[in-house]
Amino acid sequence: MSIRLDKPLQQLSDDNIKKLAGNLGVFQLADDNGNIIYIGYAGGKSLFGLRGEVDACKDMQGASQFRVEVNMSYLTRYQELLMVYIADYDRVPLHNDEQQRRQLGKLSPG
Amino acid sequence: MNLQLTQEQEMIVGMVRRFVKEEIQPREINLDPDADELPEADKALLVAKVKEMGLYGLDIPSEYGGPDLDMVTRTLIAIELSQHRAGLYTPCYGVFGGAGLAQLYEATDEQKDNYLYPTLRGEKSGFFGLTEHSGGSDPARAIQTKAVKEGDDWIINGGKIFISGADKADYGLVFARTSPDRGRGGVTCFIVDTDTPGFHVRRIVHTLRSARYATELQFEDMRIPNNNILGEVNKGFAIANDRLSRQRIPYSAGCIGVAIAAHELALEYSKIRETFGAPLSSRQSIQWMLVDNEIDIQHARWVTLEAADRAQRGEPFRKQAAMCKLVASEAASRVVDRSMQIHGGYGVTKDFPFERWYREMRIRRIGEGPSEVQRHIIARDILGESLR
Repeated sequence: MSIRLDKPLQQLSDDNIKKLAGNLGVFQLADDNGNIIYIGYAGGKSLFGLRGEVDACKDMQGASQFRVEVNMSYLTRYQELLMVYIADYDRVPLHNDEQQRRQLGKLSPG
Repeated sequence: MNLQLTQEQEMIVGMVRRFVKEEIQPREINLDPDADELPEADKALLVAKVKEMGLYGLDIPSEYGGPDLDMVTRTLIAIELSQHRAGLYTPCYGVFGGAGLAQLYEATDEQKDNYLYPTLRGEKSGFFGLTEHSGGSDPARAIQTKAVKEGDDWIINGGKIFISGADKADYGLVFARTSPDRGRGGVTCFIVDTDTPGFHVRRIVHTLRSARYATELQFEDMRIPNNNILGEVNKGFAIANDRLSRQRIPYSAGCIGVAIAAHELALEYSKIRETFGAPLSSRQSIQWMLVDNEIDIQHARWVTLEAADRAQRGEPFRKQAAMCKLVASEAASRVVDRSMQIHGGYGVTKDFPFERWYREMRIRRIGEGPSEVQRHIIARDILGESLR
């Protein structure tokens, strides 16, 4: 597993969302240019796993693409993806809460 | 050892038990099943309550402001603190405070000012950096990270793995080889600030433990002043070793607490769940599982309390610490497994805490020295040093 989520992005359409399974895992939303604007996860309380969580975000401003990773370690993977993003851009993605930074560690993935 | 709890111990244990049942367990209902943090406001509120109870910073020595509790009482409390879903690795979500790295109580005054006191005030945190790719149970031989003297400083190169909290820490204790040919007599402990150039947290190490991850560290020409040596040059092994033995007692207590919580759920469920017209508790196969749970818990509890008692009295306790770690981690694994079995399909869902305990408990048979190393320590103790 790569430290970065580097699978191809898909269009954030109802058809593509319907194809998602209800697994636990992490996901990223991106804008038209492929810039990541949100990192989220489907945890143990998500009613329909990744499908439900991505569906709940489909109207997020600027979001037009997404990718998911099925992962039972969704919390640590979610934190890792945020930390990697911060290491790359020195901020959290546009639609994540900047306050989260206080609870995150610091990675220098190289 | 007196098996009867004192009146004071009974009172403290009862108070902590109520706290876990009334303040921690209800809050977990709204958290993700794998969560290891409370919302900040809840945490602040509970820390204030714990301070009111006079139990904040349980493991801080009384001369540094801790509540002055003996090792047996602290072990009894540790058994209570882990009796909830996140309890194995985050007992009560940390609201009882920490004591920092125990080795820092032996530090110089300057080191205490820079690291220990800020840690006790909650301003800084540290990590313990011992394990490397080459191993963790035999630090005398496994440590390959090197420190070379250059003027008044040391230049450290190498890396560590399975290090908890390093990505959030302000400093850490890093064990490095300072004399290549001297085995255990060639290891030194350095206090390393995490903003030192050349200090890198390269990645998160994902494990069965789905919160509280470990990290992998890399050190590239990291320059550490001589003043940051903890203890003496080439005497770091004793620092590491003392910690490893001592840490095994609360580690065991955490396992026992989770086993008790799992067993209580299984007992309750067996009385209300009916199969073929009768409650599970009426079936001998279930009764025997519950009996085995009870025996495993009692065994682990007494072995652990004996180790705590010996440590408190200043007697050698390395064998007892190894024994309690071995017994508690293996017994608690069996208890969680049986309790999960009694719950059937529900046992493996995230609706119940068993699946989290099952995953996390598996790590306990490896962390802080695997079962095989504990048996090795016990064998060496009963057969003598000739076994080396």
